[in-house]
Amino acid sequence: MLAGLLMAGCHPDADVLTSPEAVPGSVVPANFPPPAYGPEQNPPDRASFELGRSLFYDPLLSRDSTVSCGTCHRQADAFADAGRRLSVGVQGRLGARNAPPLQNLRWRRTLMWDGAVSHIEVLPLAPLSNAQEMGETLPHVLAKLNRHPSYPARFARLYGPGPITSYQLLRTLAQFTAALTSADSRYDHYVRHEAGGTLSSAELRGLTTFRAQCASCHATDLFTDETYRNNGLDGRFPQDSGRAHITGRAAERGLFKVPSLRNVALTAPYMHDGRLQTLAEVLDHYDHGVVASATLDPLLRRPDGHLGLALDARQRTDLLAFLQTLTDDSFLHNPQLAPPR
Amino acid sequence: MLFRTLPAALATLLLGAISLTACDDDDQPATVTTGKLNFELENVVGAQSLAFGTPYATLAGDPFSVTKFSYILSNFKLTKADGSVWAEPESYHLIKQSDAGSRNFTIADIPPGDYTGLTFTIGVDAARNTAGAQTGALAQDNDMYWDWNSGYIFLKLEGTSTQSRTGVFTYHVGGFKDPYNSLRTVALPLPAGVTALQVSTTKTPELHLKADVQRLFAGRYPVRLAQMITTGHGADSSAVKLAINYAAGMFRIDHVHNGD
Repeated sequence: MLAGLLMAGCHPDADVLTSPEAVPGSVVPANFPPPAYGPEQNPPDRASFELGRSLFYDPLLSRDSTVSCGTCHRQADAFADAGRRLSVGVQGRLGARNAPPLQNLRWRRTLMWDGAVSHIEVLPLAPLSNAQEMGETLPHVLAKLNRHPSYPARFARLYGPGPITSYQLLRTLAQFTAALTSADSRYDHYVRHEAGGTLSSAELRGLTTFRAQCASCHATDLFTDETYRNNGLDGRFPQDSGRAHITGRAAERGLFKVPSLRNVALTAPYMHDGRLQTLAEVLDHYDHGVVASATLDPLLRRPDGHLGLALDARQRTDLLAFLQTLTDDSFLHNPQLAPPR
Repeated sequence: MLFRTLPAALATLLLGAISLTACDDDDQPATVTTGKLNFELENVVGAQSLAFGTPYATLAGDPFSVTKFSYILSNFKLTKADGSVWAEPESYHLIKQSDAGSRNFTIADIPPGDYTGLTFTIGVDAARNTAGAQTGALAQDNDMYWDWNSGYIFLKLEGTSTQSRTGVFTYHVGGFKDPYNSLRTVALPLPAGVTALQVSTTKTPELHLKADVQRLFAGRYPVRLAQMITTGHGADSSAVKLAINYAAGMFRIDHVHNGD
């Protein structure tokens, strides 16, 4: 019976999507694979979502109350930090990597550029405790929340009386982070055969090139296969060994998570360290900028010995056109995902 | 259809099930059909009880004192002579030297019988390590969790030593994936003269376990405080070496009261 209910939930319903009562992200889009963190694991609930939203935008979560989650994950940038190679944390400190967009986190089996975080519910702990980001500790944040004028009552309404616990805080934040579903771009309307789903001939050519050249890594309608790969940015990795830092495996040196390309037109600069400023630079990199190393992804070694993807000027232009179709304006402007007033 | 209708439907079902159970309970007087085991953990350094700040020496002669000693024991299993096994559900126990209450815990709902084997895991299994927010012994603010690289710290030993160039040492053991898997399951033999843990509906055996800090420093990988003052802030080879050391005999059943 549960399976039946879940299946029924997999078909988006236009009425539900536009209903003001619906918590964002309650629906699994028809063109997405099954989520890793299905709504049944933390059932979307209006009051929990609104509390999670308040917490996401509250700088109280940082040591000096200057930085909230929303400081470096801004809705207008698909919850990335557009225009910054590295983000600024407490006391003006610079982070180590480019802030990734927060979107479709329900489908992520691991999080962060190196997969350091194993579950959406514990995701906030990493920036919270990072000295360059929010510089806090979980017990201290809980102490601040527990003496706050309004949070204790809001948590008590959801969880009953007693002090706010780490479990309650993490589950509540996940109500908001799991709600950040982006599935309403022009591309989505195209693949779901919905109104407004028209692509130009250049965009369609770009889609064909994308499927032939890019989709082996940027796979499914999530535009990532969730693997870690070395895409040839460097020959050595003295500063940041990526996935190897987590697993301890030399064979994973220089590997980083394949990022989703949803809303990619808005999330410049690109790559784990934000070194590429434009999508044109990204395509140039794949065409003629790939650097050899022991862990370079095999898909970037062509049979003739050349490195990278062969993309002529026309294909690059078409790809750039196609990538624009992944912009999801309703996600970027959904008032329910904005800072609470 | 909205997912948020699901919990309502489930709740209705669950409530129904609960009220049915409740009716049964009302009709029949409750009879106890299971037994318990009480555990008392005593942390020691060789023959001495562990106390913070007290000077000790490793078997290799390195002076040290302890400022923190905490560990997570999990997945307790009891075996009968016929080989049948009972496993404690939701079996996670956090023991902190700093919290006397945490050193005593009870395992309940055990089918009565004579148990001849006891095993448990030092640490937290991979499944629960990757299952998101937790409560109780595994709540993420338990001082036993790596924030930046999700996962539980299975054991913490921190202290001071004149052998350390910084004056302190910090050993944090965790990691549940190869090549740095520090999870270890130990089987504790019953002490001489005890043939079984006799669990019944009326008698609760008491197990006095000792955990010997010396066994972190000694074993297959002898640890000298001048050479190793910290593990990595995540799973690494030094953590695995400590785990191999402590799995080989840090815990033992000192004595048993069978509740006569």
